[in-house]
Amino acid sequence: MRYSQEGMATAPNKIAAGQKASQQGFVYLPLIAGWLVPGAGHFLLGKWGRGALLSASVLGMFAMGIAMQGKLYSGAHDILDILGLAGDLGNGLLYIVSRALGLGADQVQVTTADYGTRFIVVAGLLNVISAVDAHNLKTGRKA
Amino acid sequence: MTHFTAVVLFALFASVVFGITQRETPRRMVHYGVYCFVLFTGSAIALSWVMFFIAR
Repeated sequence: MRYSQEGMATAPNKIAAGQKASQQGFVYLPLIAGWLVPGAGHFLLGKWGRGALLSASVLGMFAMGIAMQGKLYSGAHDILDILGLAGDLGNGLLYIVSRALGLGADQVQVTTADYGTRFIVVAGLLNVISAVDAHNLKTGRKA
Repeated sequence: MTHFTAVVLFALFASVVFGITQRETPRRMVHYGVYCFVLFTGSAIALSWVMFFIAR
């Protein structure tokens, strides 16, 4: 008995073709761009609304942290400093530029500075989540 | 800036990112974002009252 394969499994083929098309180019570009500049990964993929909201959230949280005289971790003296530095580095260029401009406090001197320090670290972590989301969109893992 | 303002802004920013990154459709993103925001602020208020009564 013969079966014609024409037209069979058309839908999965289309999905696979769509995923292949979305993987064209350098798949890590949205990840790296999103890490360096908040929201840039989504902008590269044409997700303007999502990118704008993510960018505003990360930038807003980072700016509030700086405004509250939060500390920018610069060295790794103990395990807490290492974790704080890892979180800060998640901000990408924001962290590098802020360090270069001398923003942020070296020591926590006022009560709100402690909150500001956490705001900066969390902004970095949220930026990493956003960058990974952009990567997932690029690879087709997320619609 | 009061502590509560800081809590609300923190919850707002974190909820926006969680909503967009953890769900796929815009409708579900909004629902999850609102859910996270309510949990953030609600738990902060509840824990504040707990600490208030412990301190008395």
